[in-house]
Amino acid sequence: MNVNQQPHMASPYGQPQPGYQGYPQSGYGGQHVPGGYPAPYAPYNGPASAYQPGPPQGYSPYASFPSKALAANLVSDLSSSSPLDLGMRGPPTSGAPPVSAAQAYSQFGQGDIQNGPPPLGAPPQSRPPVSQPYSQGAMNLSGPQPPYNQQFGAPPTSMQQMTTQMASMQVGSTVPSPAGPGYAPPTVSQPSVSAAYTPSAPSSFAPTSTVPTQPPSTEGTPQPYYGAPPQQPFPTAAPPFSAPGPTQPPGPPLASQQTFPQAPPPSQPPFSSAPPQVPPASYGGPPPPVQASHPRAAPPTSQPAAFPGGPPPTSTPTQYTGPPMQQPPVSQPSSFHSGPPPPPTSAAGFPPQGGAPPRPPHPGIQGPPLASQGPPMSQANHVAPPQPGMLAGPPVPGMAGPPPQPGMQGYPPQQNGAFGQVRGPQPGYAGPYPGQQSYGAAPPAQAPAPPAPKRLDPDSIPSPQASDIPPVQKTRHRIDPDAIPSPIQVIEDDKANKGSEPFVTGVRGQAPPLVTTNFHVKDQGNASPRFIRCTAYNIPCTSDMAKQSQVPLAAVIKPLATLPPDENSPYIVDHGESGPIRCNRCKAYMCPYMQFIEGGRRFQCGFCSCVTEVPPHYFQHLDHTGKRVDCYDRPELSLGSYEFLATVDYCKNNKIPQPPAFIFLIDVSYNAVKNGMVRIVCQELKTLLDYLPRENPDVQSNIRVGFATYNKVLHFYNVKASLAQPQMMVVSDVADMFVPLLDGFLVNVSESRVVIESLLDQIPDMFADTRETETVFGPVIQAGLEALKAADCAGKLFVFHTSLPIAEAPGKLKNREDKKLVGTDKEKSLFQPQVSFYANLAKECVAQGCCVDLFLFPNQYVDVATLGVVPTSTGGSVYKYTYFQAQSDQERFLNDLRKDIQKKVGFDAVMRVRTSTGIRATDFFGSFYMSNTTDVELAGLDCDKTVTVEFRHDDKLSEETGALMQCAVLYTSCSGQRRLRIHNMAVNCCAQLADLYRNCETDTIINFFAKYAYRCVLNNPTKNVRDSLVNQCAQILACYRKNCASPSSAGQLILPECMKLLPVYLNCVLKSDVLHPGADVSLDDRAYLRQLVSAMDVAESHVFFYPRLLPVHKLDVECDTLPVAIRDSEERLSKGGIYLLETGLNLFLWVGANAQQELLQNIFGTPAFGQIDSNMTSLPILDNPYSKRVREIVESFRAQRSRYMKLMVVKQEDKLELIFKHFLVEDKNNSGGASYVDFLCHMHKEIRQLLS
Amino acid sequence: MATYQDFIQQNEDRDGVRCSWNLWPSSRLEATRLVVPVSCLFTPLKERPDLPPVQYEPVLCSRASCKAVLNPLCQVDFRAKIWACNFCFQRNPFPPSYAGISEVNQPAELMPQFSTIEYIVQRGPPTPLVFLYVVDTCLEEEDLQALRESLQMSLSLLPPNALVGLITFGRMIQVHELSCEGIAKSYVFRGTKELTPKQIQEMLGLMKPAASGQQGRPLAPQDAATSCRFLQPVHKVDMNLTDLLGELQRDPWPVPQGKRPLRSTGIALSIAVGLLEGTFPNTGARVMLFMGGPPTQGPGMVVGDELKTPIRSWHDIQKDNARHMKKAIKYYEALANRAAVNGHSIDIYAFALDQTGLLEMKCLSNLTGGHIVMGDSFNTSLFKQTFQRVFSKDYNGEFHMAFGGVLEVKTSRELKVAGAIGPCVCTARPELGVGGTCQWKICSLSPSTTLALYFEVVNQHNSPIPQGGRGAIQFVTQYQHSNTQRRIRVTTIARNWADAQSQIQHIESSFDQEAAAVLMARLGVFRAESEEGPDVLRWLDRQLIRLFMFHLRRSPFLQVFNNSPDESSYYRHHFLCQDLTQSLIMIQPILYSYSFFGPPEPVLLDSSSILPDRILLMDTFFQLVIYHGETIAQWRKAGYQDMPEYENFKQLLQAPLDDAQEILQTRFPMPRYIDTEHGGSQARFLLSKVNPSQTHNNLYAWGQEAGAPILTDDVSLQVFMDHLKKLAVSSSA
Repeated sequence: MNVNQQPHMASPYGQPQPGYQGYPQSGYGGQHVPGGYPAPYAPYNGPASAYQPGPPQGYSPYASFPSKALAANLVSDLSSSSPLDLGMRGPPTSGAPPVSAAQAYSQFGQGDIQNGPPPLGAPPQSRPPVSQPYSQGAMNLSGPQPPYNQQFGAPPTSMQQMTTQMASMQVGSTVPSPAGPGYAPPTVSQPSVSAAYTPSAPSSFAPTSTVPTQPPSTEGTPQPYYGAPPQQPFPTAAPPFSAPGPTQPPGPPLASQQTFPQAPPPSQPPFSSAPPQVPPASYGGPPPPVQASHPRAAPPTSQPAAFPGGPPPTSTPTQYTGPPMQQPPVSQPSSFHSGPPPPPTSAAGFPPQGGAPPRPPHPGIQGPPLASQGPPMSQANHVAPPQPGMLAGPPVPGMAGPPPQPGMQGYPPQQNGAFGQVRGPQPGYAGPYPGQQSYGAAPPAQAPAPPAPKRLDPDSIPSPQASDIPPVQKTRHRIDPDAIPSPIQVIEDDKANKGSEPFVTGVRGQAPPLVTTNFHVKDQGNASPRFIRCTAYNIPCTSDMAKQSQVPLAAVIKPLATLPPDENSPYIVDHGESGPIRCNRCKAYMCPYMQFIEGGRRFQCGFCSCVTEVPPHYFQHLDHTGKRVDCYDRPELSLGSYEFLATVDYCKNNKIPQPPAFIFLIDVSYNAVKNGMVRIVCQELKTLLDYLPRENPDVQSNIRVGFATYNKVLHFYNVKASLAQPQMMVVSDVADMFVPLLDGFLVNVSESRVVIESLLDQIPDMFADTRETETVFGPVIQAGLEALKAADCAGKLFVFHTSLPIAEAPGKLKNREDKKLVGTDKEKSLFQPQVSFYANLAKECVAQGCCVDLFLFPNQYVDVATLGVVPTSTGGSVYKYTYFQAQSDQERFLNDLRKDIQKKVGFDAVMRVRTSTGIRATDFFGSFYMSNTTDVELAGLDCDKTVTVEFRHDDKLSEETGALMQCAVLYTSCSGQRRLRIHNMAVNCCAQLADLYRNCETDTIINFFAKYAYRCVLNNPTKNVRDSLVNQCAQILACYRKNCASPSSAGQLILPECMKLLPVYLNCVLKSDVLHPGADVSLDDRAYLRQLVSAMDVAESHVFFYPRLLPVHKLDVECDTLPVAIRDSEERLSKGGIYLLETGLNLFLWVGANAQQELLQNIFGTPAFGQIDSNMTSLPILDNPYSKRVREIVESFRAQRSRYMKLMVVKQEDKLELIFKHFLVEDKNNSGGASYVDFLCHMHKEIRQLLS
Repeated sequence: MATYQDFIQQNEDRDGVRCSWNLWPSSRLEATRLVVPVSCLFTPLKERPDLPPVQYEPVLCSRASCKAVLNPLCQVDFRAKIWACNFCFQRNPFPPSYAGISEVNQPAELMPQFSTIEYIVQRGPPTPLVFLYVVDTCLEEEDLQALRESLQMSLSLLPPNALVGLITFGRMIQVHELSCEGIAKSYVFRGTKELTPKQIQEMLGLMKPAASGQQGRPLAPQDAATSCRFLQPVHKVDMNLTDLLGELQRDPWPVPQGKRPLRSTGIALSIAVGLLEGTFPNTGARVMLFMGGPPTQGPGMVVGDELKTPIRSWHDIQKDNARHMKKAIKYYEALANRAAVNGHSIDIYAFALDQTGLLEMKCLSNLTGGHIVMGDSFNTSLFKQTFQRVFSKDYNGEFHMAFGGVLEVKTSRELKVAGAIGPCVCTARPELGVGGTCQWKICSLSPSTTLALYFEVVNQHNSPIPQGGRGAIQFVTQYQHSNTQRRIRVTTIARNWADAQSQIQHIESSFDQEAAAVLMARLGVFRAESEEGPDVLRWLDRQLIRLFMFHLRRSPFLQVFNNSPDESSYYRHHFLCQDLTQSLIMIQPILYSYSFFGPPEPVLLDSSSILPDRILLMDTFFQLVIYHGETIAQWRKAGYQDMPEYENFKQLLQAPLDDAQEILQTRFPMPRYIDTEHGGSQARFLLSKVNPSQTHNNLYAWGQEAGAPILTDDVSLQVFMDHLKKLAVSSSA
């Protein structure tokens, strides 16, 4: 995790981690404590277990904890940069972190050497560590860091790094214990941070091992480990330590510990009481949230309520996260608290750290006890992890061993029952929540550990417990889900760090803020990230490096992206009759990378170095710096994105294009009439035609419209303005489609309005009694195509279709739905079109600039894989409304339709990506057609369509010049103007792999991977595709580990900061319906999603793969900000809560069975859970701020997406919940998709294999 | 007995039959020596206002191979209630309903004056008439407007229960659905793709999906009648249809410079035929094709759409340069046969300045009994009145049209049918045996429709027919009257046999010169259709020696010079279906002369008749030319007719106009009416017809007398006669 950051983190982490760890540990401790207090522990254990999974990843999970911790530390150590980070955050966090770090370090120290661990070997330690480490790692990192980040603002980076370094977390855990002591001091900044940490890892881990381990381990190498994760903490401590780095470890730890203490205190404060308790709580699931929530934690009120127990305040955060957790925490806290009030938390944290020590043991275990490794393996297997969780319990005890309390805690964990209790706290949540039960269920899916705990406490489902109990060993494996990198944390960090400042594009090689962050862009020569996002902003200089790293080099380009109102859309540049000025050789367009020479008489191309004469009318003198005097007056010389007016040379057939046309083709077969689609479409079109896209809102749109209906024959309509009544023309000769009329089919809306309205009024009635059930499809598109051909214009077809086209006609399909093929080598055939007809048709469409948007309303299999060929090859979209019902789906459909019709769109587009010498665009993904290897042809290109371009090396790149790319899109605007949109992008080239890993963007990488994999399933068995994805990711991470991370235990999982979410996201991709379908996922759905993703931009793919889960009940009605999202895991749900889940395609409002009546009353207008209508698709409009705000949020979510998301209200325990749970992507799913924790373990294993 | 002239006239008035010979040579050998075959012109539906139809079924001979109808020539044994068939000599009992028969109580069909009798029979439910308009929309706006108006007008002329349908075509073909309210619906077909009848019916939705096992079998008419959306009773849809026609637009597809509009006439017709064939087989139906130019795409195209490629001329045809002709003819023939089989007729109204492809399409009408009308523009009275006349009514207020006619010819055993020439198709091949029957289908009949029937005497020379023996021919015409009744008209004629050796004078005197001329001319035209022009002329010269053959040789029926292939086809078509009188006019136009010197008088069709102080009225059947002589023209120009003192001149001017008007009123199709004068460009119509007795070659030799010299190298009648005489007496003849 830390890997990337490790450098930075290293020291910092070392420190911070400790701190964090400390916290975490403390947290753990807390947990343990709870465990001690049975309940708390349980939760912690849970986390621990969860962590453990992490650890496994880390390396030998069990032992690994330590090892991981070590690794983290090492990493952090290695990453000298860590100091920097430390420097950044150092002060505050570091203070605290160090402490924990220290501990952790100590462990790590031991761990570092791995030998260390073994030496520490204290088996007990090792175990606890394991759990702790993970927990810490994950917990701390995620948890703590965030807080730090928040606090520090800047720190985030380090934080991230921290987070990345799971190991560090572990360390942290160890640290915590020290931190515990330290906590007191740390209070300052750390508080929050620490709190966060504490809540997460610390609490759980700390408790047990902290004390023991920390001391020893922290001192040693641990820091490094910690360093990594702790970076943030380190920062504080780091700055000082940073320099010392490795050596410091010991020092840092202290410092860090101190800092931690500080940190923890603060954090703990919020968490404070929580820390111990909190940690658990946080660990439980809330952790991340906790951190985030910490601030809110303040509001703890709820927590208090939840955790009346006590550590109320502290617990609060936890409570937030997971109310249930809180309780346990409370209890723990109480225990801890008892020890040190606020410190207790830290203390608790420490204890956990103490747990950390155990980690050392783990390491030790790892090293020595093969068996232990075994477990890791098992974790890797995923299966193990769950058990590990159970094991965690034991380890905890082991941990506890060291510190009496820990021991106590440990016991509780062991007690499983206790764990159960621990979760109890969570469970408490669970208890309240059915969620717990669900957890119970979830657990298995998720990291077993977490579940177990939950089970234990909440519903105390016997079975789970039972299972938990036996898997004592497993407990070790458990990884605290809070300890592993949290997407939420990363997102929040990025928001905090990058959301406020405008992003200036002029700096080469700088990664932009995440897609989830709101930011303002200043175009200073490179295209805005809204247009182009790259996987890496530092490209390896050589192809060898690129190969070695396996990091895909790709850009996700959204050429016509809509910009927020406060950013200018690209300026239009007119170079006169001779057209845009271009390089003579490579034909690149004038751009800021062109170097003017010879006094401005010539320019040298930045792409191919060719020198071209400046045409006289374009000549301008240069100033003393060699810049043209008019540089800033000309967009093409100063901006990254702009448009040229194209001359007639750029037009098809050298003719100025006609304004485009929209043609509506409506299925009027029995099904379409019966489900109401026909009536709805006709009704809506009447108003919608006033909103056709136009460039100048004051002028009427130039776009002409045409209408046709069809079943197994086609009906065209003559709506010429001069007619009193529309005329219908039936074409039955579908074998050889043609358009029966020219004049009167495509008309101007304003001129023919009366006739059109008359037509739209009559269509539903005309076919009201139809009995025709057969439809055609190929001829429908042919008809539209022919109409456009006849009118000699480009345009878009809107096809509203219901059923498999089985009528005798070209493109006739047969039902080939055969689920038995799923999972076999023939599965790929399900994604392939069943006839080649449509591919050929698509080619013709593209040649004419005929874009096809398909709206499907199927009641059964319609073969989306085949029907979607034309839309996806012409830059169109496919919308699918299965089992369409007018009442419930109308809104969604109509909104999609409105958006689709109104959105900005270009036609007949050709996109070409030029690059500077050395790299070359080699592969393209998206909805388009390519007739050669360079030109992306898009019959239509709208503002939501994205093209992903992969680059490969041709040659060696130089660090000085970097790499340039220029994306030129030639298109016809909706007013019929031919234009060229140019986006320029320059990225750095790096000779060090570390730079690559430091400046890449995981979201974009995932976007690329998803598209790549989704295309691969067309030709390869799905399993192979999944394997190769996993393999590539493992290579990426292994390469990092090998080349960039500081040396550390092989058992430690070290992730680059920028990629720490890679595993979780990748897992989401792997679990997606396309790559890993459940039994109930139809073939159509899979094909649909496959096509959908191929044109998604990064923001959409992000939320698609990792849905946004918003705790609505935490909404602050007073302010505009949204509550911090929580992670997609069932155990994060509170029975008393209401959550809004956004997948990009759907919205779910999950209502916990114990949701407050007041809340229900406010949102649903009824206080009774039972009275909520789960069929509602929109929230009742109630006059209270809560209702208003919730509806606002729903609307704002919808506004962000290109497709309207239907709102489904899911009541806990309701049937629909199954669907809902499908989107809780961190959990194991029904179809066998791995939980995050399990997958992390698996990745870890893979990486280890690669490294060994 | 009066003269043969009277006899012939009487027979024609009663039976509508004119025989080339009214005494028949008794043996095959003799018959062949006579050169002009035993043959007759038969007008099946000759108007007989005095003939009330009888309301019962005809009595048929019981012999399966005969089935002749009881007629006045049969021997009847009133006591035994038995009659003997005069064709096969089978003795048949009278049906029970004739129980009361006796010498004094004879049924009509036994009375001699009822040698032609009409029965009204009940055969199935009455089926309404069907009129399917197939309208070309590639017209100039004013033409289209005129056509629109004519069509709208025609709706009021149709019987209210008639079914009407509309197909329009240009680049595409639209079959209009008439039953719908609100939106006007039409089915559209592209004009380039040939479709099978089954496909057409499927695409029009005429096939019930659940149609029982038999594939491609059209719906029973009654089903179709209720379900066919394309053919609706006039009274139900005339408002709709009037609107529809009013909104009829020119074909919207742009016609680039240098191109002809794309006309899918071939497919339009095949859809029309397919539609009717699927819905109303064996029901009287008219497909009325209105076209303003040649088919330019798809099967049946006559010329490509490139204007630089002119439509084929005779020259091209002779040079075998007409690319599309053979294919098109084949296509239209197949189509015509399909229509004929189902009893549907196809009219062609072709109005354009250039050719429209009648040469290729004429078979559509030829084989189905449809009309062909050709002119320059729909916006002329020629079209408007002709079209109106299609729906003219008789004294009973019924249409002058009948449908689905089947003509069966039965002969006594000495004769056999050799063939028929006219607007019909053969549905049963003539049997070679004696007394065989023969059937032709005449899908559409008018009172003037006349067939030429040719017979062969099969009696051998060595088996003489007893003196006084008579040969009989019975024509049985079943048809659907325009009031939807089914009717059968039976005409039985008999002629005496004569021994050529002993009675050659008798035979000679029984020769009907007019009938023979027309019969031979038809034969000539028929050959001309299939053979090279000069060959036919040679054949004709060898065969004939009569006066009017001079004009026939010069007529457009045989000469293609100065006529386009379309015009030739048009003239020939009419020649093949008009009755004798009209045919004679066609062969030898009538020329009347009006002057102050006396009442109008027929004058020789000779250039010598063209005098300055005469007004000439020439009727060629297709044209009606009023020619003002030089002086008259000058007077008229000077305006003398407007002066009261020259009232007589005014009357003189008016006289030919009135006469012309009279002819115009009755003639179908309306002739082209030309009012011209000496030196006028239109005078060519007259000059080309008259016998060039004075030409630029002999002008001064002949000279003084008067008349107008004709600038031609054609031989004059005198020259022709001189040659003829020489040939007639030369040994080689």
